[in-house]
Amino acid sequence: MPKITYVAHDGTKFEVDAENGSTVMENAIKNAVPGIEAECGGACACATCHVYVDEAWAEKAGGPEAMEEDMLDFAYDVQPTSRLSCQIKVSDELDGLVVKVPERQA
Amino acid sequence: MSEKSNSIAETDVVIVGAGPVGLFAVFELGLLDLKCHLIDILDRPGGQCAELYPEKPIYDIPAWPEISGQGLTDRLMEQIAPFDPVFHFNRMVAGVEKQADGSFIVTTDEDEKIKAKVVVIAAGGGSFQPKRPPVPGIEEYEDTSVFYSVRRTEEFKDHDLLIIGGGDSALDWTLNLLPIAKSVTLLHRRDAFRAAPDSVNKMKVLVEKGHMSLQLGQVTGLNGSNGQVESASVKTSEGDMIDVNCTRVLPFFGLTMKLGPIADWGLNLNENLISVDTEKFATSEHGIYAIGDINTYPGKLKLILSGFHEAALMAHAAKKHIDPDERIVFQYTTSSTKLQKKLGV
Repeated sequence: MPKITYVAHDGTKFEVDAENGSTVMENAIKNAVPGIEAECGGACACATCHVYVDEAWAEKAGGPEAMEEDMLDFAYDVQPTSRLSCQIKVSDELDGLVVKVPERQA
Repeated sequence: MSEKSNSIAETDVVIVGAGPVGLFAVFELGLLDLKCHLIDILDRPGGQCAELYPEKPIYDIPAWPEISGQGLTDRLMEQIAPFDPVFHFNRMVAGVEKQADGSFIVTTDEDEKIKAKVVVIAAGGGSFQPKRPPVPGIEEYEDTSVFYSVRRTEEFKDHDLLIIGGGDSALDWTLNLLPIAKSVTLLHRRDAFRAAPDSVNKMKVLVEKGHMSLQLGQVTGLNGSNGQVESASVKTSEGDMIDVNCTRVLPFFGLTMKLGPIADWGLNLNENLISVDTEKFATSEHGIYAIGDINTYPGKLKLILSGFHEAALMAHAAKKHIDPDERIVFQYTTSSTKLQKKLGV
């Protein structure tokens, strides 16, 4: 199973096993990673599952699509590698993915 | 003013929240001859279905393999129309007071009062409120020089305005306030706007003609004193830090959900959700029920269909609460001519 590492704002690392096809948001919620709220439940309809993809993984994870980019307008401190974690699907290609949780969601 | 606050509307049930579950509760209560008033902070029915995902499909409504949030709302409105519910939109419930006779007086934030025998909380994730943008110390300027909505345009007359956002609210107010403002700067994170293309084009023409400014970037701080903003620190899309002079700031960062004043009603809460039993969906306060996403009980699933089920059981419990001596004969809409008469079919 691919591994994802979430780095909380205080630096705490959460390493979790994630099923292929699940989303980075779902795995954060399942493993109670602090700082990921996912108010809308994964519909790309809020911006409370915002993460920064680690630079090294930015290319593999890809950039946001138009709808996601629109929602990112509502996120806190948007940076070049900002993504909504409900829109990143886990795959073998992303085994080892590192994402950072922003200081706050909204 | 006095006329408004003195008149008290009377009904059987006040439902807090006009999302799918609140709407369906009107149906179940209506079959039991209970009349409903609904209060919602939004300007239309549907709750999250209307506000967050009107166009997005829902796949787990029984017998609807696929239906949009707006489609579901429209169908529910059609289904409850025979019961003539009264809607109070753009209102938040400010307080609930229990009367000596066991009834309740519900007060809205516009000071309207509704007397009801039962109160049903179907408030989902809470009330939608404007999101506070990620600016440290913004609280100290709120309601004096930072506003999240325009209630009186007079408040912005002859001011240097900084409007933040890229959606319809931001663009509409940019265009509407420009004629009365001293200057207007529109600040948005990127050079793509969610607002209607027509408004975006109008704005761009105004920028070209030098009537207003457009700045791409994100605000990082506000400068001023005693609640009065003097300038905003902005990190531009090129990464430079600049100061934008402004005396009024209007951030439009969308809406978020907050439990709001319900948290202060003295009900038993569990992590911001209202604890209920699974027979009546009653809260810790006799006569107040909670259904849908806002309640919690062992095994709770936040599904619209669970909310519908809860509405049906709650309705029977509420009927018993209101008319303890009346024997409720359980009937089916398919076969009961009495129920069909109520539905007008």
